[in-house]
Amino acid sequence: MTGAVLLRAENIARRFGSVVALRSADLEVRAGEVHALMGANGAGKSTLVKMLTGVLRPDAGRIVIRGTAHVFRSPAAARRAGLVSVYQDPALVPDLTVGDNMRLAGVAAAEVRRWMEQFGLGFVAPGAVVRELPLPLLRLIDLARALAAEPDILLLDEITAALPADLAAHVFAVARQWRARGRAVIFISHRLAEIAAICDRATVLRDGVSVGVVDPATGGEERIVSLMLGTSPQAAEARRPDHRAAGRPALEVKHLRAGELLRNVSFSLHPGEVLGVAALEGQGQAELFDCIAGLRRPDGGVILADGQEVRFRHPADAIGAGIVLVPADRVQALLPQRSVRENIALPLVRRLRDWGALPMRAEGARVAAAVRRLDIDTRAAAEVRRLSGGNQQKVVIARWLAHGFRTLLCFDPTRGIDIGTKRQIYALLRELAASGAAVLLFTSELPEIALACDRVVVLFGGRVVGEMPAAAADEPTLLRSAHGLTAAA
Amino acid sequence: MRRWLRERAIVVLVLLLVALVGGIAAVRPGTVTADWIANTLLFAAPLGLMAGGETLLLLTGGIDLSVASIATGAAYLLAANAAHGEMAALALGLGLGLLVGLLNGIGVAVFQVQPLVMTLGTGLMTEGVLVVYSQKIIANQPHVPQFVVALGSGRVFGVVPIDLFLWLPVAALLMLGLSRSGFGRLLYAVGDNPLACRMAGVRVWRVLVGAYAGCGLLAAVAGIVLVGTTNAADLSLANVYLLPAIAAAIIGGTSIFGGRGGYAGTIVGALILTVLDSLLTLLDAPEPVKQILYGAIILLLAAAYTRLTD
Amino acid sequence: MSADDDDLTEGELTAGDLRGGGGGGGGVGRAPAFLRRNAPLVFMPALVIAFLALTGAIHPDFGAFDLQSLALGALPLALAAAAQTVVVLSGGVDLSVGPLMAVANVLAARSMQHVDFPTSLLLAALILLGGALAGAINGLVLVASRVPDVVVTLAAGFIWGGVALLILEQPGGGAPEAFLNLATGTSLAPWLPNAVLLLAAVVVAVWLPVSRSRLGLALYAIGSDRTAALRSGVAVERTRFLAYVVGGVFSAVGGLALTMTTGIGSPLSGTYYTLSGLAAVVVGGVSLTGGRGFIAGPILAAFVLTLIPTDLIFLNIDPNYGQVIQGTLIVLVVMGGGLATLLRQRP
Repeated sequence: MTGAVLLRAENIARRFGSVVALRSADLEVRAGEVHALMGANGAGKSTLVKMLTGVLRPDAGRIVIRGTAHVFRSPAAARRAGLVSVYQDPALVPDLTVGDNMRLAGVAAAEVRRWMEQFGLGFVAPGAVVRELPLPLLRLIDLARALAAEPDILLLDEITAALPADLAAHVFAVARQWRARGRAVIFISHRLAEIAAICDRATVLRDGVSVGVVDPATGGEERIVSLMLGTSPQAAEARRPDHRAAGRPALEVKHLRAGELLRNVSFSLHPGEVLGVAALEGQGQAELFDCIAGLRRPDGGVILADGQEVRFRHPADAIGAGIVLVPADRVQALLPQRSVRENIALPLVRRLRDWGALPMRAEGARVAAAVRRLDIDTRAAAEVRRLSGGNQQKVVIARWLAHGFRTLLCFDPTRGIDIGTKRQIYALLRELAASGAAVLLFTSELPEIALACDRVVVLFGGRVVGEMPAAAADEPTLLRSAHGLTAAA
Repeated sequence: MRRWLRERAIVVLVLLLVALVGGIAAVRPGTVTADWIANTLLFAAPLGLMAGGETLLLLTGGIDLSVASIATGAAYLLAANAAHGEMAALALGLGLGLLVGLLNGIGVAVFQVQPLVMTLGTGLMTEGVLVVYSQKIIANQPHVPQFVVALGSGRVFGVVPIDLFLWLPVAALLMLGLSRSGFGRLLYAVGDNPLACRMAGVRVWRVLVGAYAGCGLLAAVAGIVLVGTTNAADLSLANVYLLPAIAAAIIGGTSIFGGRGGYAGTIVGALILTVLDSLLTLLDAPEPVKQILYGAIILLLAAAYTRLTD
Repeated sequence: MSADDDDLTEGELTAGDLRGGGGGGGGVGRAPAFLRRNAPLVFMPALVIAFLALTGAIHPDFGAFDLQSLALGALPLALAAAAQTVVVLSGGVDLSVGPLMAVANVLAARSMQHVDFPTSLLLAALILLGGALAGAINGLVLVASRVPDVVVTLAAGFIWGGVALLILEQPGGGAPEAFLNLATGTSLAPWLPNAVLLLAAVVVAVWLPVSRSRLGLALYAIGSDRTAALRSGVAVERTRFLAYVVGGVFSAVGGLALTMTTGIGSPLSGTYYTLSGLAAVVVGGVSLTGGRGFIAGPILAAFVLTLIPTDLIFLNIDPNYGQVIQGTLIVLVVMGGGLATLLRQRP
């Protein structure tokens, strides 16, 4: 059912200083298709997107839409050519109302409203201020605004990442609808299942070059992965036996309550164990991790570290109790302009008594050991912002290896990270647990629970609705449980 | 090339400084003598000290618009109370710097006020209090203690300015402290990403309060050195130093967004501004032209840094 | 939308949850949110009236003449505040407002000294054009060099300060009586100083068209979130540029107002209006991080800041306390704001 070529990008190249981000990328999108754009981190995917949407200009190559070559100087120019994008972080201005945001983009308010109603968002008032609305809603409002512009090509950049499944369903419906109307969708996602379900073709980038166009539906997933990796994927490693030891838990949470979302959560985590937390977006997991890490104070319930009741007023208290956090957003945790060494050594100077002269030699040794253990690529070590996403995440983890901890909290540590690094990180978590650490892991990608955890608790509506050994936690079971549909066995 | 320049920006700055000195030597041969160099260092010291405080704050992503008021206030308190005991007066002056600095730090760190506004407010407050105070103690003629005059204008062996014996150790302490102490590390870290610091267990407010208090103290020291040089405490003593102090740090390559820079650059920046001033005086450039040139230089160098680090 | 679709039922349930968790999207929740956002519009007029009432109470003779001098004192500051507000709303800060005002002030005083009224109006129009041009230069340099606003306008402040001194070395010059009368007179009613009318006219003529157009929306948008604005199709750099142009026009009017109210040109009037204008912006409830606030707030705040020293004189207190109070007021206002944020974060 696919038709004429709507968009063709040919031999697109772009370098930043001495770094070549794109060598020669090609992309062809036809009318009536949903086209996936795939690539590991650093493959040049986001650079290509920036050029398609007018944020960056290519050094070489050309972008042809409906037979006309374009050089976009701004997102507005791309919009005029019929290409409109929706991003993971919504492009809505926080201090303006929903209505003003529509005026800003020059789209018809009635048309936006029609789409919003189709998404079940009819209750959002045009006078509502964007800052006061929850993130998942904003993504859909942003999508509605993009649709109201009636784009020929709709570019969806990671919009389903961390979007609740029910809301993501609206996105898929729109993509199908756009295909049926003879237009096109460029779809970007790290989730292979989504790609397989809704995309007609997938273009895979590796090292700044388009390495292939694949049909994702017919067993194409493995082929996509091998194209992205450049090698054939290894089989998932065999899972360790249940590590739950007898004796005192490293971390115990009883009836924890915080804000609207975290209602009542209890569990215990033992040394040597990786405990998974499975939940859809906004079921209280963010609040749970924040409370345990000392980033916010619970409204009720208790947290016990090594059997002692603890009350954290600041992350420093949690770290003092041996509990450390690797947050979802690496950017939150890093000093972008500082070196790998300073980033890793940051917690070593957290206490007043460490404010004096630095033990340079000892610090250097600790940092070097952590860098070796995590296999961090230090070619751009002078500034962390020049590292790839995967290496940045490793730096955050290395920080806690250098500092030491008893319990590691990982909140979606592999979000937006390529498969190779993902596997390294999961292997490390297993290794840490084997050496006696306790690990609490939340991941938004349900299939990965079984890969890394010993046991899993499922949260729904701020409560624990299920607990099971990881061996029993296949994706359908988790998904049903995470939707609160059935109590787990 | 770009990277080479980025890592050696200080070399370029020193070359610029040498070029300016060369300019002076060319305009009026025989000017650049040991005595001239000593004088330049003497005049650069208060600016360098004040710019040192400003550097600490720029590194944290902050700024202090109250340094001139603090410097003036410290000098004035010292001079006005010298009759009651010189050491006590000195402590009073330094205490003012510490107090205003602490207030700034608490406002910025605890109450999360934008540094520009907080220090603008405390600067106005300090200045106002000073004016009121000066009228209350009109009977008590201010006088600058002898040791302060010696500090601000004395020479050892007739050549080496005494204030250098204060500035050099302070400079060494600042440079070492920034690169080799935990507190220095944290100044950069807080300026680069305060949230990351919090997550790593750093109590950010302590770092900020420390930085602002340090800046206040340095401004007070600068004011005291300055009043030693002028030997007269008036209520507009340090006003002209506010913008140059910030300019010296920026010229020296410290990023106004925080997280990048250092004191070595600031020292060169302060020297460049001082030498430029003498060159322009030598050329008989009127005050307004000097001011315009200052502005142009800040702009050019800032633009150059932006190109280098992007 | 088929009703028997399992996913969809779930979806509506979740959307309902979000509605509940969205922090009061209902009618009850909306009123405080509206008030919070528009607080300056309610609070600032109340503050001005309270201060006027206070002044009347401590100085029962407060009459048309005092009102007149209040308006004259506040006019340049209000315009400096307006200039600063436009830039601050767009997410910048302009440390060259005062020196630019000084340039306009001395240009006017020097060129208008021996001309008739119509010529002075023509010159004033030229100076306004010059103000726009100066703002445009600021904006161009900012956009082209990618140097932060603070640094560029700090440097521009140096430069304009120098230019003002080059134009007029000592305070002096003058302007035709009729021109001064535009601000100093009371043409309509003794209780309605021309200065207030002039201020209202300028704000209506300059700001109203801007705020009613898409440019106004874009201005708030780039101050609030630059990336989101860019992705919404806003020409960010052009909008920044235009903010400085509008700010430049306000600064130029401020300089002309200085000439009208003082009758002379003084090249050193600069620094005061940069800092005090910024103070008025803060007191007037405009967020210094951009995107939030109304131009009326800082303009009214300028009147409050001018009233304070007046009241002190009436109370026989050393008017030098005025600066102490002004500084304290700034500190208290912003610390209060910070405290409110802290309390909201930690229920």
